[in-house]
Amino acid sequence: MSSAMDLEYTAAQSKPKAFYESFERKEELRHQTHYCPGCGHGIVHKMLARAIDELGIQDRTILISPVGCSVFAYYYFDVGNVQAAHGRAPAVGTGIQRSRPGSIVIGYQGDGDLSAIGSAEILHAANRGENITVIFVNNAIYSMTGGQMAPTTLLGQKSTTTPDGRTAEHEGHPLHMSELLATLSAPVYIERVGLGDNKQIAQAARAVKRAVENQVRGLGFSLVEVLSPCPTIWKMPPVEAQHWVRDVMEKTFPLGVFVDRTKESRPRAATNAAPALEEIPRILGTRDEDADAIDDVPALRAQEVDLHVRVSGFGGQGVLLLGEVLAEAGMDAGLEVSWLPSYGPEIRSGTSNCHVRLASSPIDSPLVTHPNVLVAMNEPSLKKFSAGVRPGGWILYNGATLPAEYERQDIRILARDFTREADTIGDPRAANMVMLGALLEIAGTLPQASIDAALRHCVKQPKWIDLDERALVLGRSLCKQFLERGAA
Amino acid sequence: MDKLKPDRGLLKIDENECKGCGLCVEACPPKVIRIGDSLNHCGYRAAIYIGAGCTGCGICFMACPEPGAITVFRLVDRRATAVPVPHAQVEGAVSCASN
Amino acid sequence: MRKQLMKGNEAIVKSAILSGCRAFYGYPITPASEITEAAAFYMPKTGGVFLQAESEVAAINMLYGASSAGVRCMTASSGPGISLMQEGISYMAGAELPCVIADITRGGPGLGNIASEQSDYHQVVKGGGHGNYHTIVLAPHSVQEMADLTALAFELADKYRNPVVLLADGFIGQMMEPVEFPKRAVAPRLPHWAVAGTADSRGNLISSIHLGCDELEAHVCNLEAKYRRVERNEPRAEDWYANGAEIVLVGYGIVGRILKAVTAEARASGLNVGLLRPITLYPFPSLHFQRLAARGRVFVVVEMSNGQMVDDVRLALNGVRPVEFLGRAGGNVPTHHEVLALVKKLAKKYCPALEPEELAHV
Ligand SMILES: Cc1ncc(C[n+]2csc(CCOP(=O)(O)OP(=O)(O)O)c2C)c(N)n1
Ligand code: SF4
Ligand code: SF4
Ligand code: SF4
Repeated sequence: MSSAMDLEYTAAQSKPKAFYESFERKEELRHQTHYCPGCGHGIVHKMLARAIDELGIQDRTILISPVGCSVFAYYYFDVGNVQAAHGRAPAVGTGIQRSRPGSIVIGYQGDGDLSAIGSAEILHAANRGENITVIFVNNAIYSMTGGQMAPTTLLGQKSTTTPDGRTAEHEGHPLHMSELLATLSAPVYIERVGLGDNKQIAQAARAVKRAVENQVRGLGFSLVEVLSPCPTIWKMPPVEAQHWVRDVMEKTFPLGVFVDRTKESRPRAATNAAPALEEIPRILGTRDEDADAIDDVPALRAQEVDLHVRVSGFGGQGVLLLGEVLAEAGMDAGLEVSWLPSYGPEIRSGTSNCHVRLASSPIDSPLVTHPNVLVAMNEPSLKKFSAGVRPGGWILYNGATLPAEYERQDIRILARDFTREADTIGDPRAANMVMLGALLEIAGTLPQASIDAALRHCVKQPKWIDLDERALVLGRSLCKQFLERGAA
Repeated sequence: MDKLKPDRGLLKIDENECKGCGLCVEACPPKVIRIGDSLNHCGYRAAIYIGAGCTGCGICFMACPEPGAITVFRLVDRRATAVPVPHAQVEGAVSCASN
Repeated sequence: MRKQLMKGNEAIVKSAILSGCRAFYGYPITPASEITEAAAFYMPKTGGVFLQAESEVAAINMLYGASSAGVRCMTASSGPGISLMQEGISYMAGAELPCVIADITRGGPGLGNIASEQSDYHQVVKGGGHGNYHTIVLAPHSVQEMADLTALAFELADKYRNPVVLLADGFIGQMMEPVEFPKRAVAPRLPHWAVAGTADSRGNLISSIHLGCDELEAHVCNLEAKYRRVERNEPRAEDWYANGAEIVLVGYGIVGRILKAVTAEARASGLNVGLLRPITLYPFPSLHFQRLAARGRVFVVVEMSNGQMVDDVRLALNGVRPVEFLGRAGGNVPTHHEVLALVKKLAKKYCPALEPEELAHV
């Protein structure tokens, strides 16, 4: 039997340590919240603070304050604090948690914040199963802005923007976020609780702690929706507001667990360890030790090179690849180069073209409006670009004869059915490389080694390299024949 | 009540942190809290403990929206428990008491 | 190491990772999608985070989170997506969070088209979001600059704790040119102000709220002081035969390239033409303009827009020299012939001392 001397009173329930000792805001409120008397936010804060204490995670916790009456949650919680834009807490939380998986990220949101403006962010964070905890305080109204309708406002409930009460016909039915999110496969735990009486409050405290604990265990996305009184906007005394949660709100928003996968969920696998810093240039391919050793840039610069090439044809004819091999070869040979493709719907509409420049001095404009070589792989390309070819320049045309309207006396035109030529060596799709062969013959300056290297760089499949090499040879010989005939 | 037996609990309300909402009054099972008559420095009529009968259940603590307005003490035997009662146990007590 | 032929959009991502960027959040949009795709490929391999967001609104807020946690981070988009990001950009500027945003501009307003324009100048340079803030804006004109200015963007973002925008266009994003990267990667560092979920960073707060009028005014003044430092220290421009030029061409991005071709041709025909190419659009290199006004008789601004940067040129010159403008829109590119014709016309008007025969063919 204890004697009276041995008995003493010890604090069993006191201000959680996760709260600051005093709150740095207006002088007179150093120990009080900014919430109205009887506001549910304060109760939920206390539950959350106590859960943080009990789980021993104060140092790791990052609380995201929303926009709404709880915008200043960071005044109170002695944890890492981030204040987010209206509705965006789940996206902000994603950004934090993905980079700092050791942290405990808690998003705190009101019903306007979460179910209206932030409905996309919460849906997708839940669907991705972000390892975050969301405390969703549903008071069925926009409180901070003075009592406008929220998506959660009850049917018939008056608000400043539904002065005659919300109707399903005009504003739609109250949005059941917990039920909605429960249809997703990823969330680990979703429960709706209330602050309507002692029993509900006790259950709410348990749910809040579980939702945080799930994250500590690395299980994934948890959300607790708390039906919470707003005596001020509801225009009710605090006790009446509390009872309204239980007696009225709960009828629209039934309490209960909607998802509980905590048993079957496994902690997520740790993300791949970061490679050593020295490895990164190699992984990116921005540094290649073999190539580092090579510095025998050919002395092509001594020659004056100034190629302006436009390549054009149908999508699928290999227009861009032709240009790329040319640019790559030019670079290998020590020239300045640029390659500029047409893109987007231009490609989708079936035509494709690119601008290629090779020059011995720095390239001013990569745009080629007046080519000295036009590679036209079809007739529409002729139509579009032939008039722009510089006097003294070339057109390589993929067609047996040049249509009369494109004849010009001041340029040289090599018209051949390059597709058929390519077919004779094994595949009509190599027409682009046959034409490139012809072009290289005209340009005359690039060393064969650079061309071989470029082909190997741009074309990955060996069977194509072989074909393309033969195509280049064929193109060169067709061009030579043409030049010889011309000379004769 | 056995006059010789001390209360199991003791309630302390920080008058200046209380906003007089009355939720604790509503929540307390043995009804040992009431709203006081005088105004605190913020102009609220703060809740007060009537001075006896607290069971230390902790229900008022969780019902109160203010972080530090309420502290609930429990009577412990120094010889049996050197450390204050952990929260987890108290949480059980909350739900039991409200069931 | 020999240079590599690479698209501008790919160069951005590689440079970003070499600069210590370890988080990329984005939403697809032509012509910026390749940046997002390259980030999806490289980020996870280099210990970073890549996530395709549900919208640009979410993407920029994910950056807000990553940056709050002290991670170098970036996103990429184009006009319509940048419009949606303005909310988050304003919040990041307000909360003084660094990040890098690549805007590969397309045609607008509205859905416009996906061809190249420079019509995002106003929304990016003037701050399309609400409040008293600026973003630092860098305008690359080559693939090498896509890489170099990305690295600079991360440095400036951290140095000034401010969002930095790389304002490029579809041409520079899509084109391939030889590019060279630094040999070593920058190690990510945790800034002292970050909220990283650690005991050391527990006391930190990231917020753009300043409730009191005086408090917010003080914050705005601090930001303003920071912007003044930026304006003092960071303006950059390329002077291409502009020193002593009588006709000063002005253009950024791909237009700068076209104007180089025009400059060469005009000079070859005896005209005293040069190019001033702003590299930083905010801070605008106003001093460069004022310096060139001593010899320059006329400034000719060329843009792929209805005339947005031209306002800043006028402000910089403050009326001391006439400013002429040539703009194309819709994805049309001012050809160098078009610009050259204008230059010759203006030479007649502003440089009467030129030999008449040189202008005979105008
Ligand atoms: C983009 C944007 N739109 C509107 C607002 C104005 N606003 C501030 S709080 C709020 C509603 C908050 O309601 P809720 O999330 O339910 O929180 P409560 O105040 O009820 O706790 C609104 C509309 C804003 N800050 N930002
Ligand atoms: S207006 Fe409502 S939600 Fe906001 S602090 Fe007051 S009671 Fe709480
Ligand atoms: S619940 Fe708290 S704030 Fe409300 S009256 Fe009781 S002690 Fe005061
Ligand atoms: S601890 Fe229990 S009995 Fe004591 S005052 Fe609070 S609610 Fe009443």
